[in-house]
Amino acid sequence: MRILRRNLTAYGFLCVALFCFTVFAWYPMVREFVLSFQRTDLINPPEWVGLDNFKAAVADPAFGEAWLNTLEFTALALLCGYAVPFVVALVLNELRHARAYLRFVVYLPVMLPPIVAVLLFRWFYDPGPGLFNQILDFLHLPPLAWLDSSSTALISLVIVSTWMNMGSATLIYLAALQNIPPELYEAAELDGAGIFKRIRHVTIPQTRLILLLMLMLQIVATMQVFIEPYMLTGGGPENATVSVVYLMYQFAFSQMNYGQAGALGMMLMLALLVFAAFQLRTTREDQA
Amino acid sequence: MRRSTGLLLVTALGLSATACGSGESPQPAASGGAANVSITVACQPAKTAPNDRKAWDEDVAAFMKAHPGVTVKSTDQQPCFDPKTFGPKLAGGQMETVFVVPMTNYDDVIAQGQALDITQYTGSVKNWNDLRADHRELLTKDGKVYGVPNVHYSVGLVYNRALFTKAGLDPNTPPKTWAEVREAAKKIAGLGAGYVGYGEYSGGNTGGWHFTQALYGRGGSVLTDDGKKAAFNSPEGKAVLQTLHDMRWVDNSMGSKLLVGWESLMMAMGSGKVGMMLGAPDVVTDVVTKFKGNVDDYGITGFPEAKASLSGGEAYMINPKATPEQAKAGMEWIDFRFNTVGKGRFDFARGKAIGNPVGVPDNAVYGDSPTGKALQEERVKNASLPVENYQTYVDAAAIVPPKAEPPHAQELYAILDVPMSGVLSRKDASVDELLANAETKANAMLAAKG
Repeated sequence: MRILRRNLTAYGFLCVALFCFTVFAWYPMVREFVLSFQRTDLINPPEWVGLDNFKAAVADPAFGEAWLNTLEFTALALLCGYAVPFVVALVLNELRHARAYLRFVVYLPVMLPPIVAVLLFRWFYDPGPGLFNQILDFLHLPPLAWLDSSSTALISLVIVSTWMNMGSATLIYLAALQNIPPELYEAAELDGAGIFKRIRHVTIPQTRLILLLMLMLQIVATMQVFIEPYMLTGGGPENATVSVVYLMYQFAFSQMNYGQAGALGMMLMLALLVFAAFQLRTTREDQA
Repeated sequence: MRRSTGLLLVTALGLSATACGSGESPQPAASGGAANVSITVACQPAKTAPNDRKAWDEDVAAFMKAHPGVTVKSTDQQPCFDPKTFGPKLAGGQMETVFVVPMTNYDDVIAQGQALDITQYTGSVKNWNDLRADHRELLTKDGKVYGVPNVHYSVGLVYNRALFTKAGLDPNTPPKTWAEVREAAKKIAGLGAGYVGYGEYSGGNTGGWHFTQALYGRGGSVLTDDGKKAAFNSPEGKAVLQTLHDMRWVDNSMGSKLLVGWESLMMAMGSGKVGMMLGAPDVVTDVVTKFKGNVDDYGITGFPEAKASLSGGEAYMINPKATPEQAKAGMEWIDFRFNTVGKGRFDFARGKAIGNPVGVPDNAVYGDSPTGKALQEERVKNASLPVENYQTYVDAAAIVPPKAEPPHAQELYAILDVPMSGVLSRKDASVDELLANAETKANAMLAAKG
């Protein structure tokens, strides 16, 4: 009883956290699961339709393109969004001057509301007076269609996404780098290790857990890409930027087909769960 | 003490979270007696349009005075109808008693039981029989009426008269054929960098929507008569895409930027550097009032070589959860504000006095019925705009047969965005291939929908 009373505040906070998770995270997930097996107009009682919503989602003409685009976006975003912040963090960690200022500059895009950042890039990508084509013109290079060509639209979205999100990843990597005991670097230097050997044999092994965690988080986040295609391309041109979540949005709010949207959402959640389980298992085996 | 404070804080946070998650249900006033009723009505003008809002509020006050016991509360969500929030608002009890629905969504809303059967209340609209019969038909299913037509228009060619003059074209003889459209577009694009002869959508379902407009204009159809197969892979469909492809890549008269979503082309048109676009008369009103276009610069003419015109418009509907008293009061509001010559939205004299653009033939919901003629007289009498700029459209609209949107319009528009963006983004795009692919996808979608 005494112990219970001593921890009363902690239990109180725990209850609020559990309540919030239940209402805003777990209940919607359960609701979506149920919804994916129903046909509903949100007014009349829903009708159970078995796997019809899943079949309809798979049969949609954009289903395959959406998954392929999402996987391609994830791969490209990982290539840029995983490596670039790590390299930036390494450079920031080595700097002796203007460290705080540069850290602020790197983090600045994260503080911009995503919608503002995306609209900024809409102007950058404008094929006429846009910043990027002006730069290409200055360098005597031919202009690019950026968002207006099916061959460059997806990579253009990856650039926006990387710019918007690299600040957080950089700071996390930086924190991990600063936790590496300096003696390890000193010992490596005494052994004659150069910068690349120090990164390979000290930095990467010491930050491995953070790197693996960030890998999982970034894949989970980038697989849910939505705001970039929604704001910049409308899924085009020629469906080149339709993502799974954008297609879900189309099902629910353009076609008013909430059950089909729910079914696609369940498929995405399942794919991410399988990936996360596989990744966690691999990490655990590594540690053992 | 510290523990108690923490607990208090936790309780307060918990209560706040609960409050945030709760919704407010609409409550009929029902403060005794059948006459006492409270309704909510959508589409009050935004605070950024203070004159229109004041006029609306005056109408609400006048209506309540004329209908003792009825309380009207307005909502000013913009746009009035938002498909993203429509279903959730209905489900959450947040939907207004009287709400507006665009023609594109009639079938879905009615089929899903999201509008009240108002057959017994149509007598509340005194000019009901003068409303276009073909539009009323779109709102009638199995003999039951689900909405009051509010706006009706057909598609024409909106053009910038100032650019026509600048390019050496006569703004009083706008293009009548697609060949003339191409020639005019080339001359306007030739004015210099940044000038676009002809603007067109390519994504966000607007590409497919405008493809349908152009297809209907050329006499084609999106679906077969039984609605079970795609019919757009036709000579008319190919002509639509081929013309766009050639204007974009051979004539270079369409600019280099893909236009995605409704605002993109409207913004470009308002900038005064786009010569022509497909659109209804409300495009002129919106370009002037929302996108800062100069009112004297814009004209509208009939659709080139038109064989049919995609109908557009909107209707007012009643919340299916409304009580009979609320439904009756809601219908009386619709009659008072939206269907009385010389009152509410048809008080053109007031519109002119507060600086609204009056004179655009942006609503043919009463057709050429006696009410329609009376409205047109009032509109011309109080015109603040050069009505002669729209006369060729009015003449053409009277003889071009209207054609309704196909079933599953949004799904089809999403599919048709692809060929539209294809011809506008790739010089080597094959029209035949794009249409064949879209046809396969559309047929698969239609088969899945049954």
